[in-house]
Amino acid sequence: MSAPTGIVKTSIARKFVMAFTGFFLIVFLLTHLSINLLTLSSDPEAFNEASHFMATNPLIQVMQYVLAAGFLIHIIMGIKLTKQNSDARPVKYVKNNAAANSGFASRSMIVTGLLVLVFIVLHLKDYFWVLKFGDMTPYSSDYDLVVGLFSSPLYTVIYVAAFVLLGIHLSHGFQSAFQSLGANHPQYTPFVKGFGTWYSILVPAGFALVAVWHFVQSL
Amino acid sequence: MNLTLQIWRQNGPNDAGRMVEYKVSDISEHMSFLEMMDVLNEELVAKGDDPVAFDHDCREGICGMCSMFINGEAHGPDRGVTTCQLHMRMFNDGDTIYIEPFRAKAFPVIKDLIVDRSSFDRIQHAGGYVSVNTSGNTQDANSLPVPKADADKAFDAATCIGCGACVATCKNSSAMLFVGAKVSQYALLPQGKVEAVERVKNMVHQMDLEGFGNCTNTGACEIECPKGISLSNIARMNREFFVSALAGE
Ligand code: SF4
Ligand code: FES
Repeated sequence: MSAPTGIVKTSIARKFVMAFTGFFLIVFLLTHLSINLLTLSSDPEAFNEASHFMATNPLIQVMQYVLAAGFLIHIIMGIKLTKQNSDARPVKYVKNNAAANSGFASRSMIVTGLLVLVFIVLHLKDYFWVLKFGDMTPYSSDYDLVVGLFSSPLYTVIYVAAFVLLGIHLSHGFQSAFQSLGANHPQYTPFVKGFGTWYSILVPAGFALVAVWHFVQSL
Repeated sequence: MNLTLQIWRQNGPNDAGRMVEYKVSDISEHMSFLEMMDVLNEELVAKGDDPVAFDHDCREGICGMCSMFINGEAHGPDRGVTTCQLHMRMFNDGDTIYIEPFRAKAFPVIKDLIVDRSSFDRIQHAGGYVSVNTSGNTQDANSLPVPKADADKAFDAATCIGCGACVATCKNSSAMLFVGAKVSQYALLPQGKVEAVERVKNMVHQMDLEGFGNCTNTGACEIECPKGISLSNIARMNREFFVSALAGE
């Protein structure tokens, strides 16, 4: 029997793409957080230098495009999967007790994902765009711009809420990515799940902490 | 006990279908769910009404024919059982029970609660077998050593009865637990390794053609599976698939 062609179009390949891009974004998150944490330093130059490095280092410049591609693929594939999966059950159940057999996070990946996307767009507009292409004259430094936005209570609340959503998204996504790549083992999987839970709590909490810290400082 | 039943009635594949309410009384808690359905159907027949069509065969949890999505769960609220093994003691007097067919594009309704699960058969035909020469020179079964751990895992996978509860319960109507079990049951044994590269590719391809959804690892299938088929079988299928994708021409 001849092997069907178009392996990249199979459901397992789609899982793989979601998992692989997801992993990439998980690692990116840690890089981003480590730079944010520098703003907690009493010396604003620590962050300004890191910011300058990110804006000028050639490797980072290349990685920016890889990152953007990673985001786009993850988002587009996620939307496509949701549509396909919804089409796979044209008539829905009258009564469906989904909470009896699956977690909230795993069932709401598209919702938490899209809400985080809204935040990312807002975030790009307020920081990335201004830092990269915008008019920096009103701000004395990169630090000034970044920290300044957290003086707004509304902005801080949106920021913290976005990271709560991201935490929920990660709490399923982290361990799910391992399963999709075929990594399921009676010994390691409990560790992966535990690590994933801590990661999805601590990393978003780190981002939220930075925001709340600067908000409190601005009072 | 006395119960109110909300049952999906659909005259045929092209009928739109609707929920219809029925009352049953004096149901014993020792009855199985299907026996309760028999009581209802006898009453309907006595009244000259059309009985509710539902699938069943062995009535002892081994054939996988009985389906039904009961109160929002495949095979009802109990764990590790099929509908024929579900006892009425899982319900209380006065309860309203919702009974719907297994729902998926790949499981079209034939009538009422009966759905067409031949998509599973076609996936099996695509690769769920080993080619054995039946010339009469059958070799001794013990001449191929199989590690005990592998034999156990293969046997666990082989306990899948093809009931479709995994598909019915999955929010994506994905058949990956079923296909994962069927791939694993061969992948772990020496006889299955001969056709392993082609098997996983062909079965996954057929699964996609049938219109099942994509797995997102919610794990609902594993919880609702009457045979306790584990998600590790899906992970094994994924690994087999990657190997096959790299090895195939
Ligand atoms: S994996 Fe479990 S739920 Fe799915 S068809 Fe097999 S026995 Fe039924
Ligand atoms: S009727 Fe055979 S498993 Fe239920």
